[in-house]
Amino acid sequence: MVNVRDLPERELLYGHKACPGCAAGTVARLILKVTGERTFLAYPASCLSTVTSIYPQMAFAVPSFTAPFAATGAVLSGMAAAVKAKKMQDVTVLGIAGDGGTADIGLQAVSGAVERGDRILYVCYDNEAYMNTGIQRSSLTPYGAATTTSPAGKAGGAIGEKKFKKNLFEIMVAHRIPYCATASVANIADLLGKVAKAKDTDGPSFLHIHAPCPTGWGFAAERTMEIARLAVESGLWFLAEYQDGRVTLNYRPKEFIPVREYLKTQKRFRHLGPAEWNVIEEQRDREWAVISGRWEPAGREKA
Amino acid sequence: MQKPSINHSFQYPGSIGEMPSGPCADAGVLVEANAGWRVFRPVLDAAKCVKCLKCWLICPDGAIDRSGKDYAIDYAFCKGCGICAYECPTKSIRMEKEGDDVE
Ligand SMILES: Cc1ncc(C[n+]2csc(CCOP(=O)(O)OP(=O)(O)O)c2C)c(N)n1
Ligand code: SF4
Ligand code: SF4
Ligand code: SF4
Ligand SMILES: [Mg+2]
Repeated sequence: MVNVRDLPERELLYGHKACPGCAAGTVARLILKVTGERTFLAYPASCLSTVTSIYPQMAFAVPSFTAPFAATGAVLSGMAAAVKAKKMQDVTVLGIAGDGGTADIGLQAVSGAVERGDRILYVCYDNEAYMNTGIQRSSLTPYGAATTTSPAGKAGGAIGEKKFKKNLFEIMVAHRIPYCATASVANIADLLGKVAKAKDTDGPSFLHIHAPCPTGWGFAAERTMEIARLAVESGLWFLAEYQDGRVTLNYRPKEFIPVREYLKTQKRFRHLGPAEWNVIEEQRDREWAVISGRWEPAGREKA
Repeated sequence: MQKPSINHSFQYPGSIGEMPSGPCADAGVLVEANAGWRVFRPVLDAAKCVKCLKCWLICPDGAIDRSGKDYAIDYAFCKGCGICAYECPTKSIRMEKEGDDVE
């Protein structure tokens, strides 16, 4: 648990150029409030790099490194090796990358870093597409979402993205990583607590954070946090953590709200109708059945 | 509020020869504000605010200043997204059209 009143006033990310209402801005600044000034940061090509380092501006106030798109994990390993060689104490080696930079092109690099056991904290902020280059689909784009490379069309009947979102959290669990978790800007206390745990982990840690994007998803900037909440309440995003070899579901809505209440808030899903809502609801229920079966052994189920 | 201040005296390189060379640059460098992005401006009513910190936590730009007696908004860097007003539990922030009243 993190007491928010103890968080430092100092802003270690300030003056960036992200779109108004960008959740990735909230995510990055809050993470830095927990990891603090003694953070070495790496981020790959992404919205976050573009909006923070436009010459001559440098919106991060900690030492930071722009990694090649695929290489964040490898760069973090190098930083961790340098910290070790220099015998530096009390330093957080932090990576913040997008969904494309993590689940697609950067996957082998982060997998390698985790497998090597380096003491790094890797954060994937998930805006569910390649936003920086103009909203192309990634393997974390959800079913039915229109992107520029998974367009929706009345004439051809295209429904947008045709594949379901990959479960990145389980990929990390499969590494038997010392600590990993999912989080959302919908629950700041949960998010901050997980960052603190990840920071204190003696080895690799990984956070997958849902980060609504007004520009790419098509909603009014003021609704970012509400959209994040609707994702959690409709069961399309889950809050979980893995430590000591065990997964805990941190939150299970008593009853899911209908997925259409989430989908209808965003332009990227606006072309969908009852048939697709059903497909999404069925997939959600299948996914929850799988994760509950795997992570909530009988007895822990009715918590 | 602890944050980098704008370096108003920054001079852009006049020629390629004046461009900085090498891969390193200073951190925490700002040369301009983001105020011009705003269409609506959040106005915080300190009398209603209960200092719950919610707006301070969630603002994507960190533009809520909690260092003074009352919370205040850094209008140099607030982009007017309206999240703070939308989420404030006590409705202490209202959004006003920029330019409607000039302070
Ligand atoms: C090797 C390589 N391929 C492509 C690019 C172009 N590129 C820059 S950012 C980006 C998209 C990043 O998407 P994501 O990781 O999801 O971050 P987001 O922009 O959505 O925050 C791409 C394709 C690049 N910089 N390097
Ligand atoms: S495109 Fe989306 S993720 Fe990128 S800066 Fe804008 S709101 Fe943030
Ligand atoms: S969210 Fe509202 S009540 Fe809470 S600190 Fe901000 S202005 Fe005050
Ligand atoms: S309007 Fe947006 S940028 Fe401005 S203070 Fe509120 S949350 Fe921050
Ligand atoms: Mg992305």
